[in-house]
Amino acid sequence: MSIEVNGKNVEWVKNETVEQLLRRMKYTFPLVVVKINEKVIQKKDFPISIIPDNSKVAVLHMISGG
Amino acid sequence: MDKEKSEKIRKKLKNSTVGIAGLGGLGSNAAISLARTGIGKLVLVDFDIVEESNLSRQYYFLDQVGKPKIDALKENIKKINPETKVETYNLKLIKGSMEKPFKDVDVVIEALDNAETKAAFIEEILTKLKDKPIVAASGVAGYGHSDRIVTKKLGKLCMCYDELAKSSDDDVLMAPRVILMANWEANLALEIILGEDK
Repeated sequence: MSIEVNGKNVEWVKNETVEQLLRRMKYTFPLVVVKINEKVIQKKDFPISIIPDNSKVAVLHMISGG
Repeated sequence: MDKEKSEKIRKKLKNSTVGIAGLGGLGSNAAISLARTGIGKLVLVDFDIVEESNLSRQYYFLDQVGKPKIDALKENIKKINPETKVETYNLKLIKGSMEKPFKDVDVVIEALDNAETKAAFIEEILTKLKDKPIVAASGVAGYGHSDRIVTKKLGKLCMCYDELAKSSDDDVLMAPRVILMANWEANLALEIILGEDK
């Protein structure tokens, strides 16, 4: 019962949404894209997208500098 | 040299336009590289003036300090390749209308500095100009660690990305790494325009 978030093994929580996972991971930086098993999740769907067990989650974020 | 290949590339680039949002370390250097390739047109957007501190990594010269970046960069491009058309917008990109200058370009390059603005810009291009390819960069600060940089491709978004880099608020910005990523972005833009080099 676990998921992979940016290469790290993380406990799977039943009915957890993308928004809740990001909070649990303490990902507070400006996000660009979240992918679950290669599917891109739009920002507006973060509060309703449930993360299935065994998912591979990728979170791309923006770091200041340019 | 493959003459047939280079002629094909020359023609394709001559008829292509790249838009660049932000003319700092990323944008100024990406623009110069693209002008050298013979790109037909560049659409450049920035609201800032050249400051002496910018010269540590941005494509400007001491005698251009105080000039708007759009004008200074246009001058520099003309000295290298007068064939490249340059359209400039002296404006600050504001949420809600960020996509406007880029409606007619073939590829957009995100070259802004602040993380929030970068993320907002990408989201706006992806949602409002749905078929527009966009190239972005995240994690340019520091030095070394060239091989931590990777390309992340997600639909129309291509990101030049180093997730372990620190924010420029807590780190240094230095020419080699910033220019490496600027050219990484320019190289991705070329790949989008010309197709994969086989």
